[in-house]
Amino acid sequence: MMAFTRNFHGKRRAEADPARVPPGQYVTPGFPVLSAGPTPKVVAGDWTFTVRGAATSPVTWTWEAMRALPAESITVDIHCVTKWSKLDTSWTGVSLDILLDSVETRAGYAVAFSEGGYTTNLPMADLTGGKAWLVHEFGGAPLEPEHGGPVRLLVPHLYFWKSAKWVRGLELREQNEPGFWERYGYHDYGDPWREQRYAGD
Amino acid sequence: MAGTALRGRLTWQQATVTGLVAETSNTRSIVFDLPDWPGHRAGQHVDVRLTAEDGYQAERSYSIASAPEDPHVVLTVERLDDGEVSPYLVDELRIGDEVELRGPVGGHFVWESTCDSPVLLVAGGSGVVPFRSMLRHHAAAGSTVPMRLLYSARSRETLIYADEFTRLGGRGGIDIRVTLTRENPGTWPGERGRIDRDFLTRTGLPPAEEPLVYVCGPTAFVETVANTLVDLGHGPGRIRTERFGGTGTP
Ligand SMILES: Cc1cc2nc3c(=O)[nH]c(=O)nc-3n(C[C@H](O)[C@H](O)[C@H](O)COP(=O)(O)OP(=O)(O)OC[C@H]3O[C@@H](n4cnc5c(N)ncnc54)[C@H](O)[C@@H]3O)c2cc1C
Repeated sequence: MMAFTRNFHGKRRAEADPARVPPGQYVTPGFPVLSAGPTPKVVAGDWTFTVRGAATSPVTWTWEAMRALPAESITVDIHCVTKWSKLDTSWTGVSLDILLDSVETRAGYAVAFSEGGYTTNLPMADLTGGKAWLVHEFGGAPLEPEHGGPVRLLVPHLYFWKSAKWVRGLELREQNEPGFWERYGYHDYGDPWREQRYAGD
Repeated sequence: MAGTALRGRLTWQQATVTGLVAETSNTRSIVFDLPDWPGHRAGQHVDVRLTAEDGYQAERSYSIASAPEDPHVVLTVERLDDGEVSPYLVDELRIGDEVELRGPVGGHFVWESTCDSPVLLVAGGSGVVPFRSMLRHHAAAGSTVPMRLLYSARSRETLIYADEFTRLGGRGGIDIRVTLTRENPGTWPGERGRIDRDFLTRTGLPPAEEPLVYVCGPTAFVETVANTLVDLGHGPGRIRTERFGGTGTP
C-alpha cells in the first residue's frame, strides 16, 4: 500500500535518465562530501597501500610503485546512501585485479582500511573482476583531499561508503566482519539497486 | 537502548504531524506522532519520504531536534528555495498530515549523557539541529560535564532556537556562544564574524582538556572548522562531523 503525501508533487529534475538512477536517489550536479571526521592530510609521497591478513604475507605498494602500474580511465555513475547520485564521473586509477594478482589468497572477504581509522567490508568477489579500482584522479585532476585524495577506493556498483576514502590497504578475511558504518547499522553489502541502506534492508 | 545501533529492519512508519513551530521565516520545527518509535540517541537522524499521487517519491535525511527524553520526535527544517523536499516540509505540511519516516539512523554522531569528557559543539546554520537534541539531553539527564556550543548564523533573523538557547545557556555546565556573520554593526551584544582560527582559539575548549568535538553544518563550513581544529591540536579521532551538504556543493 502506497501512502501518498497530501499535495506533494515533487520537483523532478528532468535531465537524468531514470534508468540510471536507483530507487530513492536523486541526481546532483555537485559533489557532496560526507565523512565521519576531519579530512586527513596524506602526502602522496608518503602514501602506501598494503594487502595483509588471511593466507598472504603482507604486500605493500608505495605511491611510485602504484603509479608505475598500468592505469585506466573509468567513467561511472556513483550512488551515495544519503540519496544523491552523480552520473558520468570520470576517474583514473589502477584496477584492483592488477594489485590482487600478486597476492596468494583464498579469503572470501576484505576489510578496506583508511588513514584516520575508517574501515568498510566487502566480499572479494566485489573487488575483483573489473569492479574496483584504486583511483588517484577525478575529472582529470589529482583527487582532492576531501574526496579521499591522494588515493581512494572506487567500487561504483555499491553505495559510496564502500569506496573508502584515504584508503591505505585491504585486510583479507576468511570471515565477513562489519566495518565502520556497517557496525552503526548500515547494510552489510550496500547494493543501491536493491536499496540496501540499513541492516536488514 | 544506548549502544544498540544494530537493530532489526528499519521500517517506514506513518508519522502524523501534531505540531508546527515557526523558528524563523525560513525554518520550522515539525512535531510528529509515531505509533511505534523505538527511541533515539541525541545526534541521530531520520529519513523522510514523500510520495506524489503518481507514485513518485523523494527521500531526505533530517537530524532529530528533540532529546531522547522528550515525548515527541521533532525535526527542524530549513527551506532551500529551489529545493524539492524542504519547501514542502516548511511551507506546505499542516497539522494532521502524514509523511513516512524511518529511523533512528546513525550511531557515530551521537552524544550520551554517560560520557564524562567535556564537549565542544560547533554549528553552522541548520547544523545546530542535532545539537539542540544534545543540549536538551544534557539538561534532561542532569549532566554536569561542560558542554559548549559555538553557533554561527548569518543574522539575528536566521537564528534558530534563540529563546531556548537563552534559557539553556549557563545551566549546569552549558555555555552557548552565538556569532553573526552578516549582520550590520548595531545592537548585537554577542560575537561577530566567522568561526575561524582566532574564534576557535578564543572561545573553543582547549585541546589539552581533550574535549569530544562535534561539528555540523554545510560541507564547506564543516571542512574548514574541522581542519582548523586539527591544526589547533585537537586529536582527529575526537572530532566527529556531520555534513548537511546535500546538493549543489562542488
Ligand atoms: C545526516 C543529515 C542530516 C540533515 N539534517 C538536516 C536538518 O536537521 N535540517 C535541515 O534543514 N536539513 C538537514 N539536512 C539536509 C537535508 O537532508 C536536505 O539536503 C535539505 O533539506 C535540502 O533538500 P531539498 O530536497 O529541499 O533540496 P534539493 O532538491 O536536494 O536541492 C538542494 C539544493 O541543490 C540545488 N539543486 C538540486 N538539484 C539541482 C539541479 N538539478 N539543478 C540545479 N540546482 C539543483 C537546489 O537549488 C537546492 O538549493 C541533513 C542532511 C543530512 C545528510
